[in-house]
Amino acid sequence: MDLNPTPEQTQVVGAFRRVLEGKSTPAHVRAAEKTGFDAALWREAVDMGIPFMGVPESGGGSGLGLLDIALLAEVYGEFIAPLPFIETNVAGRLLARAGEPGRALLEAVTGKGVIATVALTDTKASGKQRPIPAGAVAEVVIMLEGDKLLAVKGAAPGAALNNMGSGPLAFRSKDERGASTTVLAEGARARELHSRALDEWRTLTAAALEGLGRKAIAIGVEYARNRKAFGAPIGSYQGVAHPLADSATDLDGAQLLARSAAVAADEEDKGGGPKGNAGRFSVLASMALAFCAERAQRAAHVGLHVHGGYGFTLEYDIQMYVRRAKAWPLALDDPRKEYQRIAGMLFNQPGTMEKWIFG
Amino acid sequence: MDFRLGRDRGDDLKAFRAELREVLARYSTPEARSRAISTGTWLDWDLHREMAKRGWIGDDFPKELGGRGNDPVRMIAMREELDLSGAPWLGWIYARMIASSLRAAGSEQQKKEFIPRLLGGEMIACLGYTEPGCGSDVAAAATKARKLEGGNEWVIDGQKMFTTVAEVASYVFLLTRTDPSVPKHKGLTLFLVPLNSKGIEVREVKTLGGERTNVTFYKGVRVPDSSRVGEVNGGWKVMLAALAEERPGGGRDLKDKLLLATLESVLAAEGKLPDDPVLRESLARCAVENEVSSLLGYRAMWLFGQGKNAGVEGSMFKLFSSESLIRSSSMLLDAVGPLGLLREGEQGALAHGEVEHLYRHSHVETIYGGSSEIQRGIIAEHRLGLPKSR
Repeated sequence: MDLNPTPEQTQVVGAFRRVLEGKSTPAHVRAAEKTGFDAALWREAVDMGIPFMGVPESGGGSGLGLLDIALLAEVYGEFIAPLPFIETNVAGRLLARAGEPGRALLEAVTGKGVIATVALTDTKASGKQRPIPAGAVAEVVIMLEGDKLLAVKGAAPGAALNNMGSGPLAFRSKDERGASTTVLAEGARARELHSRALDEWRTLTAAALEGLGRKAIAIGVEYARNRKAFGAPIGSYQGVAHPLADSATDLDGAQLLARSAAVAADEEDKGGGPKGNAGRFSVLASMALAFCAERAQRAAHVGLHVHGGYGFTLEYDIQMYVRRAKAWPLALDDPRKEYQRIAGMLFNQPGTMEKWIFG
Repeated sequence: MDFRLGRDRGDDLKAFRAELREVLARYSTPEARSRAISTGTWLDWDLHREMAKRGWIGDDFPKELGGRGNDPVRMIAMREELDLSGAPWLGWIYARMIASSLRAAGSEQQKKEFIPRLLGGEMIACLGYTEPGCGSDVAAAATKARKLEGGNEWVIDGQKMFTTVAEVASYVFLLTRTDPSVPKHKGLTLFLVPLNSKGIEVREVKTLGGERTNVTFYKGVRVPDSSRVGEVNGGWKVMLAALAEERPGGGRDLKDKLLLATLESVLAAEGKLPDDPVLRESLARCAVENEVSSLLGYRAMWLFGQGKNAGVEGSMFKLFSSESLIRSSSMLLDAVGPLGLLREGEQGALAHGEVEHLYRHSHVETIYGGSSEIQRGIIAEHRLGLPKSR
């Protein structure tokens, strides 16, 4: 076991953190609430290669693994940065996996900073239009329609749907005016590629939620140390301190779980272990999303609650965390549905769970 | 980063686990289990001596103390297999705990005399720390030890609560008050007292989970000064040193046994996993929390193995793990329905009454070894930097 990040990981994470400390302050985040997107921050991120660090070097990225990206996602979550960080990395990696049909689009993404995203649900199967994360700012939207994995290139609408998480959500379709469509893959391959991208999205979103929750607790702790009531800092009362301690514990667990999911993905890429639904990565990705969503929401709630009435005012930052903790995982679906997926993967065959526990 | 620990860390450990499973299975027979259940004593001397013979009690202790000097990671595998086996193995933990305490704070003579006997399966000792009036505030101990004038002897009077395994132990590691005039942490002294001393009475206390514990009474018990462990009034220091020796964390444990037992009974009853989404979610929630719990446990042990202070991480594991067992055992008992209420031995009981038993047992886990409130206090103060909250 080795839980220490490598010196390279520490360095990359530190560089990203320094950018966000300067350009994703609460004031910046508030200024971008309407669009969920900060153009100046995006340009700086593109200059650093942040949005496509997980894309292979042959595709113009930095060739980092999912664990590296997950460590960055934690920081992205901590700063609730108005940046399509997860979407661009997941979409870029998907285009790279798709090979030749995605090459030109990938070059536009990594070469010109064109924003790409992935529609999380099969647009045909769901039968309903769903808001697409980063859909308001993405020129390229990758979508699964039945048997086909399509990359739709169109004009980003710019305006976001007004939404709880202040994310750049928009409805998008291959039928929108002026859009061109590329078929990236068909049949089982299309579903496999999309499913893998979803698991990456689950893992990175889980990591981001963990970072968000950790920051929410830090904000709550800071307040509880300074705010006095009945003659003492409220943090000295167990009724205030203990829920914070519970959440701090949850988030340490959440971090380990999300990171272990990312490591499983990197191991799968290196050719270890079974792939697909029976693989460790898929199970851990769902576990991480279910757990991190639930515990980040609780952490944000606890962080708000210790503020008393002030926590409910828009003037205090904690409300920005509460909204996003709920909104981020819901971009996919009810996070409780992850439990159904986990059950299908671990309990259907006798012996699978035993093997999971004992190796 | 590498998250593999114990479970799949190389062939050596796999072989060790296979050996453990083979031996433990021999002592997890229905007879051994019903003996443990009827007496409440989760210690089978045959198993205990067999583990000692194989060197398993002191596997990671240095050779000069009677141990085997093996890689501590084997103890993680050992603890996991013990928990999952259902064998009555409780002697293992007490023998190790007292041996570690003596290793940390005992005199050379005490180390030589007791550690090899503890690790060799010849004797075990119990803990006499808390008292009827103490609970988690162990340093409030009121059991008195008074040195006889001019003599080399002490007289002990008082009572201790939760002296588990006292009915089969030959010694008690006893926390006493030797100076009531100073602040409570400064007037404590520890003794290793033979349980067959005159004036000691062991009385059974039955518990919800079926495990037997005891209240022990000490009336005019005389012990030589050589029974003292550490300095006079240095008892708190001894306890801290012993605590620092204790390996924090854990891994796969009773919660995994709970999940497997529930799954087994569901599959046996239905032939396949039912489509019921409520049942599926309950099982999956347990699997997710078990994953988190084992990761927190492995992390604490890994940090400790790196020579780092893993006190907060150990508290996080203890808190999460024990609270999670309560949640999961409650949820899964509901999930298996009314047949789950039948106890072991009853016709139609599910998975040998395992789910029913673990639900009853779960309640003690958030209390002993430092209650959840104690753990939250440690985390709030030492991780979050909040003021001490008591």
